Amino acid sequence: MRPERVGIVVVYPRLLGLYGDRGNGIAVQHRAEARGIPTSLVEVEPGDPIPEQGDLYLVGGGEDRSMTAAARLLDAQAGLRRAVEAGAGCLAVCAGLQLLAREYVGHDGSVRPGLGLLDVTCGRLPGPRAVGEVVARSEIDGSALLGFENHQGDAVLGPLARPLGVVAVGRGNGHDRLEGARQGRVIGTYLHGPVLVRNPALADWLLAQAVGHDLAPLADARVERLRRERLRAAPTLRARRLRRG
Amino acid sequence: MATTWTGHTPAPAHLRLTAALALGRLAAWLSRAVLGRSGGVIGGRVLAAVAPDATSRLARHHRVVLVSGTNGKSTSTAMLAAALGVQRRPATNADGANTPAGLCWTVATASAPDVVLEVDEAWLPWAVRTFDPVAVVLLNLARDQLHRNPEVSRLAQRWRDALSAVPLVVANADDPWVVWAAGTAERQVWVAAGQEWDEDSLMCPACGDLLDRGAAWSCRCGTARPTPDWVLRPGAIVAPNGDAVRYATLPGNSNLANAAMALAAAVELGIPPVAAGRSLAGVRVVAGRYATTRVGNHEIRLVLAKNPASWRSALDMIGGDSAAVLLAFNAEGADGRDTSWLYDVDFSVLRGRSVVVCGSRATDLAVRLEMAGVEVAGQYADERTALHAIRPGTVDLLATYTAFQHARRALTRAA
Ligand SMILES: [Zn+2]
Repeated sequence: MRPERVGIVVVYPRLLGLYGDRGNGIAVQHRAEARGIPTSLVEVEPGDPIPEQGDLYLVGGGEDRSMTAAARLLDAQAGLRRAVEAGAGCLAVCAGLQLLAREYVGHDGSVRPGLGLLDVTCGRLPGPRAVGEVVARSEIDGSALLGFENHQGDAVLGPLARPLGVVAVGRGNGHDRLEGARQGRVIGTYLHGPVLVRNPALADWLLAQAVGHDLAPLADARVERLRRERLRAAPTLRARRLRRG
Repeated sequence: MATTWTGHTPAPAHLRLTAALALGRLAAWLSRAVLGRSGGVIGGRVLAAVAPDATSRLARHHRVVLVSGTNGKSTSTAMLAAALGVQRRPATNADGANTPAGLCWTVATASAPDVVLEVDEAWLPWAVRTFDPVAVVLLNLARDQLHRNPEVSRLAQRWRDALSAVPLVVANADDPWVVWAAGTAERQVWVAAGQEWDEDSLMCPACGDLLDRGAAWSCRCGTARPTPDWVLRPGAIVAPNGDAVRYATLPGNSNLANAAMALAAAVELGIPPVAAGRSLAGVRVVAGRYATTRVGNHEIRLVLAKNPASWRSALDMIGGDSAAVLLAFNAEGADGRDTSWLYDVDFSVLRGRSVVVCGSRATDLAVRLEMAGVEVAGQYADERTALHAIRPGTVDLLATYTAFQHARRALTRAA
């Protein structure tokens, strides 16, 4: 039986794409098509309605002002909320994570309500901006979760959300050495890289949710080489321990 | 140089400056003789340490013009210096040392009355305060080195604050951030220089609303693209009086834009348009860029590509060609450490071409190319070994900042 076409919706990539996060759509599409799973990818422009019938929604990062503009656009329509409440998957990165949280701190310092699709509260990270390579252990499958963070936000998980990973190198959420959040099919993370390029296991997890069954393994020698290089470059002992397994 | 000093300078400061310059010259000489470096930066550091207020006072004896922006600084600066040279040759930081030490050194050692300085965009406010320029040329403002300048809007705000002290700004009317920042200067000359990358300027700089972006851009709050004084046509720059100045030396739209910015500035500073245009068209190589080097069986064209906007320009420059492509990719120092932005560049124009990669982060690039449907024929440690794998003939070598410097040195040695 041919699988149905997987509908990937990238939400405002021109507003929320400061750190190459549109690459997440490219990565999922690449891994789907390598397995013969047909996909369609829609990039939603600011001002256009967000389609509700997508299978996987991708929300990227952006600077404070873009985030504020995106928040206004998201508040004015229910497309993303309806799709997620109906069971669609979602990956939200950095500013995207904050927009999906219960609340976050705007660029003027005021606390603002988010979409509440993740039981997470976002504030400001104490100390300097978190910038650099991140190595975490994925709470989904125990694999190394790799990425590059560049943010001043934190994340405190509520009882409904579980962490995406445990940080070995980097700051992540800024609390309890946790990175990101997971709640049903919604994933929030501070990791760029893009995160789905550097972590094919996470891309496959989202893709498997979208098609509704497990996927055949798919090795990508170049990506594996990239992961080995990034792990080797990670600066601390903890990372080395993680690398040994 | 000491003869230009007036009695206003108190003797101790004067002596300190003379001593600082002598020390700086010694350090620069040592750096050149022993380390083989250009010396300006080290000389400037010594100068700044011994007589920190020195360059500010030195600058008063010169007519200083600053050129800044994310992309095109070096090229526009070289073009403006060439155009001003019609009248009298200015001093300039042709070595590309565009942060305080290098800038101070260029001003301190300038014997010409005019100084044209390429300025790192983050240091522009400092340079305006220190050198009190007669004019500032603003090219564009977009994402670059995100780990260092995470937010374009903050940089623009700092520009805007600093530019209120400037009598004349020659600015790109097509870049909303540039227009907004330039608004505080006493007078503006607008050039419709185009915008290679618009994703950092979707929102109104003044009020944060979404901009209406068509051929021009505008906002409900009234902020809008100003009517340009200078416009571009294919292969030509049209002056405010309607005269067209032809330009066809360096390839690509971005270089036509660089030429237009330089020409507009030169004309504002008193150079006749035709003479200025002819002179700046003579700029063929800028700090090794666009240079063609013969190495063994290869004719190598070297292009700098350092951020999404400049990769787009670079791919535009080499597009439609069938030459082999060598991409050198690093992520260290001035390259920025985050490689995520590779996914903001559309590499699909390279499909079907013979592409090999090298550099310390070549794997990041190879993965990106693979996902763009571009076949990577090989990955090598450096450009020398990569060239061995490329068939004889022309090679387009695109390189990030540090890879570019490395390739330039290696190829010069090999040529
Ligand atoms: Zn506005």
